[in-house]
Amino acid sequence: MIERTPILNAVTYFIMILGLILILGPFWMIFTASTQSLQEVTAVPFNMTPGGDFLKNVHAAWDRANLGPALLNSLITSLLVMVGKIALAALSAFAIVYFKSPLRHVFFWMVFLTLMLPLEVRVIPTYNIASDVFQPVRWIIQTITGIELSLQWNLLNSYSGLVLPLIATATGTFLYRQFYMTLPDELAEAAKMDGARPLRFFIDILLPLSRTNMLALATIMFVYAWNQYLWPKLMTTDASYQTAMVAMRALVPSVNALPEWNVSMAGALIIMLPPLVVVAVLQRWFVRGLVSTEK
Amino acid sequence: MAEIGIKDVRKTYGSTQILHGVDLNFKSGEFVVILGPSGCGKSTLLRMIAGLEEITSGEISIDGKVVNNLEPRDRGCSMVFQNYALYPHMNVAANIGYALKVAGVPRAERDRRIAETAKIVGLEELLDRKPAQLSGGQRQRVAMGRAIIREPKVFLFDEPLSNLDAKLRVQMRVEIRRLHKRLSATSVFVTHDQVEAMTLADKLIVMNKGHVEQVGTPLEIYHRPRTRFVGTFIGSPAMNFFDTTIAAGGDHVLLDGIVQAIDPVLGGQNAGTAVSVGIRPEHCRLVPAGTVNSVPANVDFIEELGSGRIVHVEIDGLSFAVSVEEDQFFEQGAVAGLQLPSEHIHLFSQETGLRLDDAPAATRQPAPKTVAA
Repeated sequence: MIERTPILNAVTYFIMILGLILILGPFWMIFTASTQSLQEVTAVPFNMTPGGDFLKNVHAAWDRANLGPALLNSLITSLLVMVGKIALAALSAFAIVYFKSPLRHVFFWMVFLTLMLPLEVRVIPTYNIASDVFQPVRWIIQTITGIELSLQWNLLNSYSGLVLPLIATATGTFLYRQFYMTLPDELAEAAKMDGARPLRFFIDILLPLSRTNMLALATIMFVYAWNQYLWPKLMTTDASYQTAMVAMRALVPSVNALPEWNVSMAGALIIMLPPLVVVAVLQRWFVRGLVSTEK
Repeated sequence: MAEIGIKDVRKTYGSTQILHGVDLNFKSGEFVVILGPSGCGKSTLLRMIAGLEEITSGEISIDGKVVNNLEPRDRGCSMVFQNYALYPHMNVAANIGYALKVAGVPRAERDRRIAETAKIVGLEELLDRKPAQLSGGQRQRVAMGRAIIREPKVFLFDEPLSNLDAKLRVQMRVEIRRLHKRLSATSVFVTHDQVEAMTLADKLIVMNKGHVEQVGTPLEIYHRPRTRFVGTFIGSPAMNFFDTTIAAGGDHVLLDGIVQAIDPVLGGQNAGTAVSVGIRPEHCRLVPAGTVNSVPANVDFIEELGSGRIVHVEIDGLSFAVSVEEDQFFEQGAVAGLQLPSEHIHLFSQETGLRLDDAPAATRQPAPKTVAA
């Protein structure tokens, strides 16, 4: 819409700037708080100008929450979740779109339904399974054959436990399905005529073509996995598997302790950084992947 | 090089029947064109030969071997698609060479054959380009290169020229024909464009509503259309028709009360039969009004072609198109005389749509009535 209306323009700009302040304001607060000393940060009213204690606070936060290993854990799990989600989404959408099995719509809608069941809703059964993965298998075998097996696999306090329950992704499957459906059918047929079997077609044609789509998903999924709190908190009792989000808990002042918000904010700033870098680097593809597909 | 045999092939989608028992035989090295209006099942038939479409019943064999249950890759066909279906992320060389890569041909050998193929289709300069950077005609060439490189027994073309502009289409038509001459593999070409069909075909197959209407050389089909449908579909402008009954003597029909002579032998056998009389615009003659043996006709309007013109005339509510020579001029609204030379008149039974002199009456079958969606 192109209109020459100075008043309307002014109003539009006002709203945009207001929105910007609303979004960036809290970040500025986090930043200034992380640079102030304990006295400054607890002062009322809050002072919005940066102080000089930034490095000291960062250091304190790093040591107190043991952020080194925690960040590494977060990075490993987030990357694994990201890769796993993309692989699973690409493959399941491939199955749904390119294989004419009569049940594919049922499967697709079943996957789609899980959008309504986020981890928070199914956290108890998920924990139950994670603590004893073969429980349902044992039960099935026992009811059918009467044989009692002692098959055990415990996921608690392990990377697989941190990663596997988060890998299923309805969003990713849906995004990939939409992408595959924009590709002309002849592409698959041409590959068939060229002698490519399904997996070959998937690897040689679909994966390279879905590059922008994949990077968009990578951005969303990395941030999603990085921000997980409830699940890692529940299932890691061993401190060596703590993720950054969980470690952050150590920095939030408790009731009778010193209200050291400057240190908490410094910690928050550190933890915020990796997803910010990922988004900044991938945002170009992120937008392209969601808005349109390459011709 | 391979023969293709198609035996009583049928195709149904749910309750809709697309092909109603097709029987065809293509000789080795032949250029076969399947022509028909959209929805006649011609593409389906082609895709069944390719293996992209299941065969509901019947049998397709290539080189004497039944291929019904073979995967496309094992049938030895290659196909050129209507929208080319090039791999957008690969350059021209990779597109052409993909089949060899899949087949595990070593790189040096592959590069040599890509270069060879590129030369045949005239793409040597463009091997590094992506499909998006190519023009329509160039993409078409890549698609053909991709088909040639595998040295298939059979080439299948699914309306490959319909996305090109008129000039390029003529050019590519010539190139396809030249290519066929050079490679002489059996080729099956599907189109709805009768000019393409006439110019390319060794053997022309006209299909309608899932039935084969006629098989023959382009000239046979032009001169002796087996059904009224074929008569209408082949030739531009389309054949003129009027419905009448063969007179008692069997040597003429009446048009607007004026006698039009027909083949007396044929007419004699069918006296009294209700027929559609067909005559091509290029075989009608326009003469000055009042000439003997001519029917007075009002000149309705005129289409100018430069090399000649098409005069549309009207006789008692019937309209006729007549192609006339460059030096013949007619005024809109004037009256002229229309002559229908008896040797060019085609007679089709009104009841069955079949040509009267095509087959002995006993073996004649009613025209297909089933409508495919």
